[in-house]
Amino acid sequence: MMITPVPARRFVEHVMGMPISLALRGRHAADERGGAAWAAAMDVLREVDEVFSTYRPDSVISRLSRGEISLAGCPPEVGEVLELGEAARADSGGAFDVWRGGSLDPSGVVKGWAAERAAIHLRELPDTDFCLSAGGDLVCRTLDPDAPPWQIGIEDPHDPDRLIDVVPMHTGAMATSGTARRGSHIVDARTGRPPVGSASVTVIGSSLTAVDIDATAAYALGPEAARWLRSRDHASALVIHTDRTATVVTRTSRAAA
Amino acid sequence: MRRNITCLVGTAAAVALLFGYDTSTAGPTRPTTVIASPATGVAGGAATGTAPSATSTGATTTGSATQAAVKTVTGEAADTRWGPVQVQISVSGGRITGVSVLQQPDGNGRDREINDYALPILKQATLSAQSANIDMISGATVTSEGYAQSLQSAIDQAGL
Repeated sequence: MMITPVPARRFVEHVMGMPISLALRGRHAADERGGAAWAAAMDVLREVDEVFSTYRPDSVISRLSRGEISLAGCPPEVGEVLELGEAARADSGGAFDVWRGGSLDPSGVVKGWAAERAAIHLRELPDTDFCLSAGGDLVCRTLDPDAPPWQIGIEDPHDPDRLIDVVPMHTGAMATSGTARRGSHIVDARTGRPPVGSASVTVIGSSLTAVDIDATAAYALGPEAARWLRSRDHASALVIHTDRTATVVTRTSRAAA
Repeated sequence: MRRNITCLVGTAAAVALLFGYDTSTAGPTRPTTVIASPATGVAGGAATGTAPSATSTGATTTGSATQAAVKTVTGEAADTRWGPVQVQISVSGGRITGVSVLQQPDGNGRDREINDYALPILKQATLSAQSANIDMISGATVTSEGYAQSLQSAIDQAGL
């Protein structure tokens, strides 16, 4: 591969139990305004964490889950996230559900949605490209079509120290769902058990909110993941199966399907 | 080299298909704005050929170029359900290295979202982060607990 990435200024911080990595290049990459945009983006993520964390007993979402407050008593973002969750539940035939066993866990919606909100501050930087990753789900922008694209590596779910693919992306969003080495595991809400069939699902599209939800929903659907993704309106998707085979879903393959 | 060029045309057509598969739902018929842009070389002017004029396949390709050069292939504007979209792909060593949308519809908010996509190109062999230039990692295991040992951490450290 002959493309050499343009040197980028990098930032890393941790919030919501995940690393947030940012690469900035262009006019405001190295100056104070770029740094201020990063700080503002992190503020968004910290505010989201305070409202939506299921690990904080005093968070709005924990209190809502315990029935101590009603939806009407929550900030409007809570309704927005729950609506996204409800749409995903309906779209996935119940495999994706923010409600499980009577308790509320909207993390499958919140991660991409929050990163998309945080990226608003980066989009305001003129003549500046960015690639923002929230724990492996990312959103990129490149203003000049002749500039080199961001090179995005997709982790091999069977060996996370290796990559299964590299996708050049100028502008867009990418999310990957699967079984984390540690930490939370996705369950098929229809059975309450971890799905079988897929090792990981990567979805590429224009909205990080949408691709993150769909990657998680597809993963929860197990063996139905690739077929379900063909019905969705994304640019493309990559399903790595537990037997180490892969299925690539593109608009073209959908058109033929 | 000839084989590479053939591959390029096929790929450009596939990319055009990507955006053009569902014109029947485009709603009100819009005039197709066909812009037959000449393909232009990028990457420091390393590409030597320019070949204007579109072909009936909807793709314009560069002429001869050095093997290592990055070439761009510009497709004709395709009338998609979001309006006219024109796609340009960058190719290096017979492989797509970038996808850009030169022309995008505007009008409603939905149109503006459709700006640029990449296709996953599954590799036969896996790559290590050290063997390629990687800007960011998409993966399910990227957590704070595992971050220190992660590929993402290695990339961030290299750039910090």
